[in-house]
Amino acid sequence: MSNGLIEQDYMTEEGEFVINIGPQHPSTHGVLHLKVWLDGEIIKKVQPHLGYIHRSIEKMSESLSYRNFIFATSRMDYLSAHINNEACALAVEKGLGVEATPRAKAIRILMAELTRLASHQLWWGCTGLDLGAVTPFFYAFREREAINEIMEETCGARLTQNYSVPGGVMFDIHPNFQKRVKDVIKQIKENTKEYDELLTGNVIFEQRTKGVGYISKEDALSYGLSGPTARASGVSCDVRKWFPYEGYDKLDFKEVLMDGGDCYARYMCRMEEMKQSVHIIEQLIDNIPEGEFQAKTKQVIKLPKGEFYQRVETARGELGVYIVSDGAASPYRCKYRSPNFSNLSALPFMAKGAKIGDLVAIMATIDLVIPDVDR
Amino acid sequence: MTKEELKTSLSTALPSAAFDEAGEFLNVTISPAELLPLMNDLRNKPEYKFDYLFCLTAVDWKTHLVTVYHLFSKEHKHTLVVKAKIDDRVDPKVETVCHIWRTAEFLEREVYDLFGIKFLNHPDLRRIFLDENWPGWPLRKDYVDENMIEL
Repeated sequence: MSNGLIEQDYMTEEGEFVINIGPQHPSTHGVLHLKVWLDGEIIKKVQPHLGYIHRSIEKMSESLSYRNFIFATSRMDYLSAHINNEACALAVEKGLGVEATPRAKAIRILMAELTRLASHQLWWGCTGLDLGAVTPFFYAFREREAINEIMEETCGARLTQNYSVPGGVMFDIHPNFQKRVKDVIKQIKENTKEYDELLTGNVIFEQRTKGVGYISKEDALSYGLSGPTARASGVSCDVRKWFPYEGYDKLDFKEVLMDGGDCYARYMCRMEEMKQSVHIIEQLIDNIPEGEFQAKTKQVIKLPKGEFYQRVETARGELGVYIVSDGAASPYRCKYRSPNFSNLSALPFMAKGAKIGDLVAIMATIDLVIPDVDR
Repeated sequence: MTKEELKTSLSTALPSAAFDEAGEFLNVTISPAELLPLMNDLRNKPEYKFDYLFCLTAVDWKTHLVTVYHLFSKEHKHTLVVKAKIDDRVDPKVETVCHIWRTAEFLEREVYDLFGIKFLNHPDLRRIFLDENWPGWPLRKDYVDENMIEL
């Protein structure tokens, strides 16, 4: 059995129908290929087939310098590109024993929370689209576009920001930054009630998500879930709270925990997280410390021999960067613990026994980004 | 438990294990044969209770291969890195831990795909990213591909 080719649909001896969903299916958000065993409408088994966009970023990193390997990570989880860059920059800083300047830290947090907002907005729109509501998509993109414009003005790129470098950020913020962020925050706050009117209280939406794709706290932990997917099952796992970095410990925000464990809980968890992100931005936007935006580092970075592990909270969960250094100018081994990979591994468990239509709801609320799964 | 307490507690149970405290976490290196009993203890004994396997990977040290398990306990808030040193590069084997932490099922398949380390008793050990008949194990240091470009 090869996972490079799509197998033909067929019927097993027990009368189960085997179908292939994806890799080019609109509701799989990228090139995810699911092989599904069905008894009528009921899912008996799901098997994800991966690797359609495996670019071996880990292997590439072994031949890139510590300045360059950061930028490859923008292509992993492209909706949390800035947070991925930040994780790598932090890992290198940890190895060097350098700390980013206070100004850089504040800028990074602001950009990270803007990224989280943009990512959750895209997710919100797509979830609606997956479940048959087309309108939310356009509403979500209204705010997301405004955030992307800030990104473009500040970093020169809308998606692959490449803004974090070891020691700080690549360049200082644009003079308009604070004003534009405040405008976006105001816009988001005004429009959140439209989000709730469109989807949250919608009867059809609630019926399609409540009680669907349930996963208990114990199972969520065993499957290594992280991010909103785990917090919806009551697993406390916010890296910003457990292992604070960049000064998140000095900020006031809540870790959103739900106990439903189903698609609706995951949905509500992300909706609440958006409010927390807005709250974090509001605390920082007028208090960006003055000073240098980048700490001084050597032109050629060489990490001392040893192993460095850095984790951050991306929009989808816990991203871990594990660097093994042998003292050279590029990593000896670089492993990314990607949140999507672990979250996807629980999909067969969640979908078992559900209806085929619910599979789309489960996939949508796990919020998969396939380039991060394949890496 | 702190790093020191973990070390004392583990070294009485595993006299042959090698410890390394230089990094952020406590590292313990053992042989593949000792892995499964140790992992069972780490998960189930109330004083350890490592319930979250957050990273599983491997490193190729040219002379030998090492599988690396990052464990965390949500209750005791301690972290431990377990390493199994595999000397056999031709046919490397180690016991699976995917019945202890189910997240290991996919992570072990990834390690098998890219390093060629076989996980014994794994329920579904197939290559996860690459094609079944892909030649070689790409993340090994001695991997050569005719299309690879030297930079």
